[in-house]
Amino acid sequence: MSEPVSTFQNPAGTWSQAVYDVIKAQNVRLVPFVPDGGHRGLIEHCQADPDMRAVTLTTEEEGVALAAGAWVGGVRSVLLMQSSGVGNCINMLSLLKTCQMPLVTLVTMRGEWGEFNPWQVPMGQATPDVLRAMGVLVQRVDDPELLPGEVDAALRLAYSTYSPVAVLLSQKLLGAKKFGGSK
Amino acid sequence: MNASRLERRAVMAQLLEERGGLLVVTGLGATAWDLASLSDSPHDFPLWGAMGGAAMFGLGLALAQPDRRVVVFTGDGEMLMGLGALSTIATTRPSNLSVVVLDNERYGETGSQRTHTAAGVDLAAVARACGFERTTTVREASDIPALRADLHAGGNPLLAVVKVALTADPMTLPPRDGTYLKNRMRAALLGPTAIYE
Repeated sequence: MSEPVSTFQNPAGTWSQAVYDVIKAQNVRLVPFVPDGGHRGLIEHCQADPDMRAVTLTTEEEGVALAAGAWVGGVRSVLLMQSSGVGNCINMLSLLKTCQMPLVTLVTMRGEWGEFNPWQVPMGQATPDVLRAMGVLVQRVDDPELLPGEVDAALRLAYSTYSPVAVLLSQKLLGAKKFGGSK
Repeated sequence: MNASRLERRAVMAQLLEERGGLLVVTGLGATAWDLASLSDSPHDFPLWGAMGGAAMFGLGLALAQPDRRVVVFTGDGEMLMGLGALSTIATTRPSNLSVVVLDNERYGETGSQRTHTAAGVDLAAVARACGFERTTTVREASDIPALRADLHAGGNPLLAVVKVALTADPMTLPPRDGTYLKNRMRAALLGPTAIYE
């Protein structure tokens, strides 16, 4: 058996810079994340910015609590995760709903368009329902051209209405992950 | 076997004497009731839920308010649910965050079932392994003043385990409306206009 080779096309060049510019302009200074290939470019932009703090998490729910504490202290966050991480956040999201705290999370989707890994399907398909069940507003984006505007709108919505907002970056937008190698 | 005779509320009271601008976050349950028995201040954020999130909430507050000291009081059960936070805090290295675990080795709210610390899991050792340079386990009242001084001193993150007795304390409730807790702390930290933002 050969090692699987990721042929995932990280679209860093197409939207990461524009999304970074949006969150920078909206005064986001904390970017907690559990990495995903789709977020790679954005993570690197944030890590390169001395006025931003990119914080690696062990699990996505840490980022919910981190962002909540930071906002009480006056700092805005954008939390980056993959759709599988949404399930890890469920109970922690009660903090945001109960306290009416804003949060924007950018969720790279798996388990849908062109998915090759059956284990990604259950959480990916449940992601919008799980978010909505916990009071998170959901904006799904399929077109990378529209993404920066969607993130800008999500930040305005979140911070003007004290709401958690998830922007779902669809697998069509990201390009489906494929694995090469012999069968 | 937890042989500690330290009383959790006496410990917290001593640690918070003349606390100045120290910001206090608690986990859900006993540490929230402990704080409410001592204090009801805009500088307090007692969580009523979000189990496993207290230390991370404190980290967010510490990063956002680098000129203030932040202390998180939580229990052994709550800390065990969020052990990953210890590695995230250690690698993030804020200079103004302490975590104090009031460790009675029991899930006190649910029938005093034993937690893993009763079986020997050492949270201070976990923190050290994660990269905390300052850890301590306190078993004697005589060590509390030094810990209090540490909470007010800057420096790398501190994790203190205080072994406390299993006690039946009167339940004193902090405000339960999270929007009130949020708005009063934001107003205290960011000025009264913060609630209009």
